[in-house]
Amino acid sequence: MPTTDPLLKVTGLTKHFPIRKGLLQRQVGAVQAVDDVTFSVQSGQTLSLVGESGCGKTTTGRMVTRLLEPTSGSILFDGRELSHLSVGQLRPLRREIQMIFQDPYSSLNPRHTVGTIVGAPFEIQGVKTPQGTKRAVQDLLELVGLNPEHYNRYPHEFSGGQRQRIGIARSLALKPRLIVADEPVSALDVSIQAQVINLLEDLQEELGLTYIVIAHDLSVVRQMSDRVAVMYLGNLVEIADGHDLYTDSRHPYTRALLSAVPIPDTSRREKRERIRLEGDVPSPIDPPPGCRFHTRCWKATDVCRTQVPPLVEIAPRHEVACHHPEDSLVAAAPAQAAAPVEDAPSGTAASGTMTA
Amino acid sequence: MTVPPTEVATPQTDALETEGPDSPKAIEGRSLTQIAWRRLKRDKVAMAGAAVLIFLILVAIFAPLIVKFLGHPPDEFHQDLVDTEMGTLGPKGAWGGISWDYLFGVEPVNGRDLFSRVVYGSRISLLIAFLATLLSVIIGSTLGIIAGYAGGWVDAVISRAMDVFLAFPLLVFAIALAGVVPDNAFGLQGNTLRVVMLVFIIGFFNWPYIGRIIRGQTLSLREREFVDAARSLGARTPRILARELLPNLVAPILVYSTLLIPSNVLFEAALSFLGVGIQPPTPSWGGMLSDAVTFYTMPHFMLFPGLAIFFTVLAFNLFGDGLRDAFDPRGR
Repeated sequence: MPTTDPLLKVTGLTKHFPIRKGLLQRQVGAVQAVDDVTFSVQSGQTLSLVGESGCGKTTTGRMVTRLLEPTSGSILFDGRELSHLSVGQLRPLRREIQMIFQDPYSSLNPRHTVGTIVGAPFEIQGVKTPQGTKRAVQDLLELVGLNPEHYNRYPHEFSGGQRQRIGIARSLALKPRLIVADEPVSALDVSIQAQVINLLEDLQEELGLTYIVIAHDLSVVRQMSDRVAVMYLGNLVEIADGHDLYTDSRHPYTRALLSAVPIPDTSRREKRERIRLEGDVPSPIDPPPGCRFHTRCWKATDVCRTQVPPLVEIAPRHEVACHHPEDSLVAAAPAQAAAPVEDAPSGTAASGTMTA
Repeated sequence: MTVPPTEVATPQTDALETEGPDSPKAIEGRSLTQIAWRRLKRDKVAMAGAAVLIFLILVAIFAPLIVKFLGHPPDEFHQDLVDTEMGTLGPKGAWGGISWDYLFGVEPVNGRDLFSRVVYGSRISLLIAFLATLLSVIIGSTLGIIAGYAGGWVDAVISRAMDVFLAFPLLVFAIALAGVVPDNAFGLQGNTLRVVMLVFIIGFFNWPYIGRIIRGQTLSLREREFVDAARSLGARTPRILARELLPNLVAPILVYSTLLIPSNVLFEAALSFLGVGIQPPTPSWGGMLSDAVTFYTMPHFMLFPGLAIFFTVLAFNLFGDGLRDAFDPRGR
């Protein structure tokens, strides 16, 4: 793993949506959508943010693309601080961070042709292309596997998978370095999901893209993730290399999440221990004190109810926020010792932050 | 489900048939507006309404020509056609004096040609209704889209303003205003001033009807992801409003302005009927109805301007309903 600075470094990112009531619009509370989230992404890699609905993963993605302004915390992109830039200051940076949206039926303007939609980035950013916008758009359509002749068609004339490809073409237009994909396949048929994931992987290889993929389905991101971060109720609970997280997760919540992934093989299914979580996710308006997961955790003790567990490196490149992490499933400790430990630049590990 | 492995875009619609031999490769998509237009063309009732409307507009434009060939000048007195000896001052002859010369008969007392007056009346009615609607649409769409997109206190101020305007006793205000407006104001005089005044009164107080609809539509459009997509590309607010939202609002604007026109026709007629609209001798349908009230024994006098108002309003409403169905077939 190279020890270069990460492309994106998010520290203590927090978003509280105020709840206002009454004639004077007094603030009576806040939805603590994202609370103190810290992670980083190396250039050319893929970080996946996974978690249940409402855990703040989309909010995190929207803060990174600055569709939302963080309440506090810092977003360092290629050494530049994005968290409180104004709309005007952000405009040039928009070229470098793009977003792929969840719903291909609402992310394309129904009144615009494909040519207008995919050409909009050039127009908005005032980018001149050597052979004209139309040619550039057709090249992009070809890149994502669409017929460039469909330049003058409207979104309603395409299927869901094709629409998502149009959205991907639009996000690639300005040659961004970081792409935040918000549940890029959750609205698609399973047969199309694999195609779109493969397309994203091919594009990453071809164009050297860095991805943050947001997903609620662990199996969807397994194939493409270098790092996986698990969120619960606005907190990051575990972050590890993709393979590590799937085979040797340490946080009880991650274990429960993984045990819910369907297994097609019936004989293996019977052997698996299925963890069923009791109750519902608590309200983010009034999250539980201490560890936010303690209300549903079978290992919870007094310390969980009072103290917030810090995110600590429990194994190389594997961080967990839990007072009672699960035992490693990988019995042989030497395998871990052999893992390269040359990452973790000075100063970051001390405060419980991590590098990816 | 059979999905081609590479999923190369396959046309879902029958667009192939529109490809002429002169456009061998260019694939043209069909916009939602084009689809709505095709749907509208199949709607016979709406097309009948549209035909009547086009006819009415042509009549209004070519009123002098029509009157020249089929009638007499609208302000010309023909007292020889009025029965002065009997004391009723009604027109001579059966059916209010209807003849080939006077297609709708003549007025009591003065004997003016009713046909010419109805034809000329269409000009005033349509002119005021169109201009007032245009004013309402411009104010209503602009404020509605701003209120819906901006939200917060901007939305609160504009929405409350709409409530105030809707609660305003418009008719009473119009009557009162007509009483105080002098014959000369703003460099205008006579009926020109009256027309401008009516356009402003009607247009200025009807904008909340459009404004509310546009605000509601904008509220739902604002949450669509294509707006976020534009923002994440760095689009400025005016561009988002004009290029992303407005094209999606054309349909409701068109539909509701088509439905607002007939209510403005009626309102103009009502004001003229009450004597605060267009002043005689300029013919207007409402004014003619008002004159006719005293001659209730001669129904033709009331019938023709009444029918003109009736058909105009009906045609606009049928066309507007058809337009709405064409743009939003689910809302039927």
